[in-house]
Amino acid sequence: MGMVATGDQRVGIRLSKLTKSYGEVRAVGGIDVEIAAGETVALLGPNGAGKTTTIDMVLGLTRPDAGTVSVFGSTPARAVKQGAVGGMLQTGSLVQFLSVRELIVMMASLYPRPLAVDDVLRLTGVADFADRPTTKLSGGQTQRVRFAVALVANPDLLVLDEPTAALDVEGRREFWAAMRAVAAEGKTVLFATHYLEEADAYSDRVILMARGRIVADGPPNEIKARVGGRTIRATLPDVDLSLLLKMPGVTMADRRGDVVTISCHDSDASDTALRELLVRFAEARHIEVRGAGLEEAFVELTADENGSPNQPGQVR
Amino acid sequence: MYLRFEVLRTLRNRRFLVFSLAFPLVLFFAVAGPNRNARIEGVPFPLYYMTGMAAWGTMVAVVSSGARIAAERSVGWTRQMRITPLTTRAYFSAKVLCGYLMALFTIVAMCAAGTALGVRLSAEEWLTMIGLLLVGLIPFAVLGVLLGHLLRVDSLGPALGGVTSVLALVGGAYGPLATSGVFLTVVKCLPSFWLVQAGRSAFEPGGWPPAESWIVIAAWTTILVWVAARVYRRDTLRV
Repeated sequence: MGMVATGDQRVGIRLSKLTKSYGEVRAVGGIDVEIAAGETVALLGPNGAGKTTTIDMVLGLTRPDAGTVSVFGSTPARAVKQGAVGGMLQTGSLVQFLSVRELIVMMASLYPRPLAVDDVLRLTGVADFADRPTTKLSGGQTQRVRFAVALVANPDLLVLDEPTAALDVEGRREFWAAMRAVAAEGKTVLFATHYLEEADAYSDRVILMARGRIVADGPPNEIKARVGGRTIRATLPDVDLSLLLKMPGVTMADRRGDVVTISCHDSDASDTALRELLVRFAEARHIEVRGAGLEEAFVELTADENGSPNQPGQVR
Repeated sequence: MYLRFEVLRTLRNRRFLVFSLAFPLVLFFAVAGPNRNARIEGVPFPLYYMTGMAAWGTMVAVVSSGARIAAERSVGWTRQMRITPLTTRAYFSAKVLCGYLMALFTIVAMCAAGTALGVRLSAEEWLTMIGLLLVGLIPFAVLGVLLGHLLRVDSLGPALGGVTSVLALVGGAYGPLATSGVFLTVVKCLPSFWLVQAGRSAFEPGGWPPAESWIVIAAWTTILVWVAARVYRRDTLRV
């Protein structure tokens, strides 16, 4: 419904050999991606992975050094001009001297088939403060209004760059509830995040980026299994590492002084391993369980790809 | 529709109204009031001063309308606008139109103020004056858009105040500064001189020599459009 009527309608976004550098820094290093119309895709990666640069190129805000972007079979500029794209950028606040409602009405007036303003205000949780000036809002409220700006366009493609960055837990929950309602209407959604949980819970597909390249692309549970590892750390002197390795759920064990580090694939495995650890080694102290962290997972994944382990600080 | 909100935002901007409307009015009454029966260069002082203040106030209105782009750039709003169907041209046009609308407010207010102090012109003279003022404002509208891309928001106020005041002063808005010599020749190349002349042409015979006035205005407009386009391109490519 309301799809841009040029080119292949089944393809939402197609990036081919997309490249962008800023001076010496290669922000995006020749990526190829195809996103079907109607898909909800998470662009997951740590800061500096190239997510924002990629999104800016999809929106036509940044010109690629090489490669092409097509949005519904046409250029980003044309898709934007036809009102097919709604975007929530990572940075930016709102223009002043308008109430929230006036701002949304103004933005709605720019699009060929906007959503009803009152519906958008309600859906985004903005209705309660719709008559307040845009400059008198909290960070979370501003973020919701920015989402309302993107949504009122009623776009076929909704692009969100770290949309929940300024929101508290409650705000996040509400945000994604609103997003679900929108995505259910068959829109193509591309959002960037550095929260694995968000990507896992709200997307059909996760594209994992690190250092300007795509290191994994697949269903959320698959990606989660690859990067969602846990580590258990405990002070446990004089223990045989091979004993630890034999425990259920453990994939790796390491020792530094009196501290051992046990790696597990996911939180289920670490739960099992932890129970076993407490039973077998009652003397273990200072026990700490943590997510492996995206950053570490990315380093691991990129190292795998290059066929050599990544060793920071080592020259040549 | 979009323009409506642009105007609404301008009218709610108190600082904008103070500088483009209140200042010229207050200065007019303060200076022309006590001299309402005096004559300067053969014309009634209030008439002379009214045109100067109208030139200054309208100049501030159109320049600062475009310069507000600086504020929208600084908060990232121009990027948000670039991903809407509104074209860059329409975005700039709205700023310029809005500036012109505010300039019309200033003109009407100044004419009313002048009438209150006894200024009497024929319908034709009023219309000539207003028409030429609107023409004379063209380069300033472009200058506003250019400054909107050159200035940072924290330097906007002082820079605008400085640029408009100096241009108005040198152009003769506050009174005749140059009457002859090299300085006059230089000043005659400035668009603000012709903006002031636009106001005065109504009662000053030969105050609007077509060749000179139109050439200076066209030249400045062309140069400023060229520079503004370059600055805009640099600005959007970088981010």
